[in-house]
Amino acid sequence: MDLFEYQGKQFFAGYGMPISPGEVAFTVDEAVAAAERLGTPVMVKAQVHTGGRGKAGGVKFAATLDDVREHAGNILGLDISGHVVGRVWIEQASDIAEEYYASFTLDRSAKKHLGMLSVEGGVEIEAVADENPDAIAKIWVDPVDGLDEATTRDWVTAAGLPEAAVEGAVDILGRLYESYVDGDADLVEINPLILTDDGRVHVLDAKVTLDANSVFRHESYAEFDGTQTRDERETAAHAKGLQYVGLDGSVGVIANGAGLAMSTVDVVNQVGGSPANFLDIGGGANADVMAGALEVINNDPAVRSIFINIFGGITRGDEVANGIVEAIGRVDMRSPIVIRLDGTNADEGRAILEPHLSESMHMAPTMLDAARQAVALAGTSRGVVL
Amino acid sequence: MTIFVDETTKVVYQGLTGSQGRYYGLLNRDYGTQVVAGTNPRKAGTDVDGVPVFATVGDAVEATGATASCIFIPAPGVHDAVIEAAEGGVEFIVGITEGVPAHDEALFYNRLKRDFPDVRMLGPNCPGIISPGRCNIGITAGHIALAGGPVGIVSRSGTLTYQALYELKEKGIGCTTCVGIGGDPVPGTTFIDCLEAFEADPDTRAVMMIGEIGGSAEEEAAAFIRDHMTKPVSAYVAGVTAPPGKKMGHAGAIVSGGKGTAAAKMEALREAGVRVGLNPTEAGELMVEIVAEL
Repeated sequence: MDLFEYQGKQFFAGYGMPISPGEVAFTVDEAVAAAERLGTPVMVKAQVHTGGRGKAGGVKFAATLDDVREHAGNILGLDISGHVVGRVWIEQASDIAEEYYASFTLDRSAKKHLGMLSVEGGVEIEAVADENPDAIAKIWVDPVDGLDEATTRDWVTAAGLPEAAVEGAVDILGRLYESYVDGDADLVEINPLILTDDGRVHVLDAKVTLDANSVFRHESYAEFDGTQTRDERETAAHAKGLQYVGLDGSVGVIANGAGLAMSTVDVVNQVGGSPANFLDIGGGANADVMAGALEVINNDPAVRSIFINIFGGITRGDEVANGIVEAIGRVDMRSPIVIRLDGTNADEGRAILEPHLSESMHMAPTMLDAARQAVALAGTSRGVVL
Repeated sequence: MTIFVDETTKVVYQGLTGSQGRYYGLLNRDYGTQVVAGTNPRKAGTDVDGVPVFATVGDAVEATGATASCIFIPAPGVHDAVIEAAEGGVEFIVGITEGVPAHDEALFYNRLKRDFPDVRMLGPNCPGIISPGRCNIGITAGHIALAGGPVGIVSRSGTLTYQALYELKEKGIGCTTCVGIGGDPVPGTTFIDCLEAFEADPDTRAVMMIGEIGGSAEEEAAAFIRDHMTKPVSAYVAGVTAPPGKKMGHAGAIVSGGKGTAAAKMEALREAGVRVGLNPTEAGELMVEIVAEL
């Protein structure tokens, strides 16, 4: 789950990290009112789940309330890499002396937590890593040991932070690690972490990604689930508990298992088509789940054909076939379907599907054949009832 | 021979009294696996279709000589279940449960490494392991696998593993052991662990590897194959056309920036001499060729 900057700052503030006073605003009037309460000058910052806000004109300094009105008007509704800005964060402006970078994330190769700290903050850390890798001080933290103050102090020294920033940085980094572990975050990042003109170390931006698997021990995370960026199709699928990712093609994909679903998307591409989605219905593939999946795909106006790719394991092919027949009976399908059914009891399953085959329902013996048929149908079908 | 498990492996099921644990535990027993015990602190002294239930893994090990555990309990309890299994004295732990928080996985991985270096963890969020004809621990349908050899399989994906087993069986090719390492960020057993074991197993003469986008496990496996494997390997990597930044089902399957792409993984594998298929069927066909050449 990706947090907006302001949610990330509030998350950090919950662990005692210093952030600037600010308010979230959904309209220009709310933005101006917030700035009036906070006192100018302020920053007007677009809240989107993507980077590159500054370059896109989504972050502006406002010296006066008139400036706030102008910038908020420009930023609200702005399209930043496909993300339309629906809310802005109004925050008291800071006097920046220096900008640093700090983060924690899981290093999957080392199977330990990786902390990164750099005096070259305020820019893309990937660029720093490419051009001047020595400017990033890294530490690997064994989760059994955690991170103690002495280690943090050595790390800050190794990164070359000036003496004036050491105490503040040590304090914030300790709290940042605590928030990362205690909050079950995949990523916590402060870029920039600043030293102000009057010598305080301060959080100026926040990027936080939380582990959706941890919500059972974080009741408050339901709020963040509600502010995830999802298109209409993804929202509908999420409500049905389906693993769905929207893509921009015309062949709807349904498969059981994440690997097989990914593989299905690949095969559709390889035979010259373009998938409309990734959809994993899990191992069970009963009629209810299948009907839900078909509804989501049927409601996608871009879909011209549907490729159902099922491999029977413990779930037998005949059970899956019965589920498909029942589900198709329940949903008024707009697009033709191609089914590939293999694995346990595949012959029995195909025999069940056989009487239902028609111009709008096809069966193919292999993944590649099914993909070719589905792609051909997507080219000819107009997406109307056949 | 097989790797990690065989007909002598005695398995205790943590969560045998739950619906999933009971279903798959008894299926595994029907397959021939030595299902010797279950655990549930509130149901100690009872049984599940004749399989005795104990309060803890330690009790089960003491009473039955269990050597492996299989975890079917819900995600919030998996960290403690893993530690309980290791403390209880089993040498092999299979975690089937999906949805375990990544921080829990990182914690029990490092705890095991430090305090129980001889214990092997497989998973979590994996289909389990099957040495066809000898032992099946987890949720793989046993009858889709042909016993014998010469192929060993290691995979990050469940259904693609089944697909591989099935296609090899259809072509009359047997499997020594098939290991599903799972798609989570901190798998207890890696590609390299399995490749190393297959390389050392005399009955395994070729290895099929199924990877996914995200992370760098396939690249690391490629380096291992290049430097240490004498046996031929075929591979497939799912997610060739996945868009960057999108999470595709498995917690591990996400492409960040240019890193962890299927293209980069396939290139690394090819450079290591691996025969790489563009889809699962092609990888299966490549394995048929490899077996014919053995």
